[in-house]
Amino acid sequence: MRAVEDALGIKIPTNARLIRNIIETIQYIQDHVVHFYALHALDWVDITSALEADPKATSALAQSISDWPKSSADYFAGVQAKLKAFVETGQLGPFANAYWGHPAYKLPPEANLMAAAHYLEALTWQREVIRAHAILGAKNPHLQTYLVGGMSIPVDPNSQAAINADKIAQLLSLFAQAKEFVEKVYLPDVLAVAPFYLEYAGLGEGLGNFMSYGDLPLKDDFDANSPTDLFLPRGVILNRDLSKVLPLDPAKITEYVTHSWFKYDDEKAGLHPSQGTTVPNYTGPKPPYEFLEVEDKYSWLKAPRYGDQAMEVGPLARMLIAYVSGHERVKYWVDAVLTALNQPATVLFSTLGRTAARCVETLVLAEQLAPWTNELAANIAAGDLRIHENVHWDPSTWPAEAMGWGWTEAPRGALGHWIHIKDGKILNYQAIVPSTWNGSPRDAKGVAGAYEAALVGMEVADPNQPLEILRTIHSFDPCMACAVHVLDPNGKEITRVIVKE
Amino acid sequence: MPHTLVLGVGNLLMSDDGVGVHAVQRLEKRALPPGVEVLDGGTCGLDLLQFFESVERLIVLDAANVGRAPGEIVRLTGDDVPAFLAMKVSPHEINLPELLFSAKLSGIYPREVVVLGVQPETIETGVELSAPVAAQVDALIERVMAEIGT
Repeated sequence: MRAVEDALGIKIPTNARLIRNIIETIQYIQDHVVHFYALHALDWVDITSALEADPKATSALAQSISDWPKSSADYFAGVQAKLKAFVETGQLGPFANAYWGHPAYKLPPEANLMAAAHYLEALTWQREVIRAHAILGAKNPHLQTYLVGGMSIPVDPNSQAAINADKIAQLLSLFAQAKEFVEKVYLPDVLAVAPFYLEYAGLGEGLGNFMSYGDLPLKDDFDANSPTDLFLPRGVILNRDLSKVLPLDPAKITEYVTHSWFKYDDEKAGLHPSQGTTVPNYTGPKPPYEFLEVEDKYSWLKAPRYGDQAMEVGPLARMLIAYVSGHERVKYWVDAVLTALNQPATVLFSTLGRTAARCVETLVLAEQLAPWTNELAANIAAGDLRIHENVHWDPSTWPAEAMGWGWTEAPRGALGHWIHIKDGKILNYQAIVPSTWNGSPRDAKGVAGAYEAALVGMEVADPNQPLEILRTIHSFDPCMACAVHVLDPNGKEITRVIVKE
Repeated sequence: MPHTLVLGVGNLLMSDDGVGVHAVQRLEKRALPPGVEVLDGGTCGLDLLQFFESVERLIVLDAANVGRAPGEIVRLTGDDVPAFLAMKVSPHEINLPELLFSAKLSGIYPREVVVLGVQPETIETGVELSAPVAAQVDALIERVMAEIGT
């Protein structure tokens, strides 16, 4: 959509910009919280140990870290009884699939019970928060309000079907809930769990190169290179140098297929995505196979590079770039987290740093929902009902040929789409998604991507249960198997990770 | 008619994995009794929990690797319906067992849950169903119609 808008020179109206920002922000917040509780927390929290906890001591622990109201001994006893009931009916067969009881789990039972309770609360919380998408997005779960030039949802103070004062009030109420949960549950949990795993502040460092396209424009006529025009600023940090943010030049983006199952005319050279091709060329063994030769082609991901360097993208990249750019709220929350954990900023280059950065980003964004919603309400109240720029709607108004770059920051990192339009049709279309940057295979020079770099030298206590690797890969929030959902009634192993020397 | 949700899940880009979604897209065009809702759940994972509230009967259509001949339909109910939490690489892998497990933990597991699973032939990248699975989509829809008593 933004790629087409860029190609055709479309500027979207204020209401559309604000609604897009709000929808995207709520998406970030829901995604980050679900990632933490439904996926990443289980790397650190041993649910089975929660059954051994003393509810009174759990209550004391919870009340010592937050004034969140659900913290009584009775409440935690109730959660524990619920978990026990699951175990007794054999429905925790599921839990046999995780690595419970692994010696690398270090939380005391009370912290495990508190986190388990918050996992249950997060399930209910996300169900509520995502209602904002239904209010703004016309249809859930697949939003249908986006279109080239703006949004399709009508803005009309006098219509029940449109965005009106009632809906603004509902949104503000949901956003207050979202912010409260993030500040009183998510942040205290991260701060409570982290001290038990501080060795991960020195592990999983990775590339030290970070990139963000930036997003959430604060003005209609914004300059993407100005750190005050985008709420999440654009830029590049190289070699862990936190003294400066370098400007991003999109012409420096290329993709290699030297080790990818695609064909280029020159397999040693990178191509800018505007000139990119996608010609599958599978040369691997016939599945199922035990391993792949990494000297040859071995991945369905291309290897994207910026200025010929591998980059990490995602919340850590965004927060570092915002922090160094002098972003006031990011600086406030990053410093608050570092102070609470008594750690220097250099620990951010780590597995735990990614986890903390994701939480900081959620905090900073949760603060923006209400002001942006109020800004939208004020703009509508001032009489601006425009939601869509339709000057370029009819293809007869388009130039014979146009090229565009659509950029955004998705929850997992920099997302770019490149389009080449000719005679009203798509001549070429290329996308580089965040997990392609982070999960990139090696390039022509043999340089590894972010996941691989983060795992180099990591010691694994039990190769059959590589929890250390999962913790680090999970800290990136990968979108790997996006996604196969074949039901296997027995919970049989589908993917196996084999660690090679 | 109890409040019934017919939920198709799967990835349309992974050939037979998308069979449940193919089926609900066709079901959406059929006349259904009042109280019956049809939802294309795609790969939405936990986002789908919000649709379980007040649902009394849930009918899930999904690909199911049950070691049968490709296209064969199996019906799972009661304790045979898998509901568990698995170690996974990505939250995008939140699948049906985990969704149902989360519904149980949240206290919104529907009174009656029926899974109609179709054995896939292939789940490689592709937007088309394999021939044996494509041939069973009509039968799958008729099984749903029988479940909801039409």
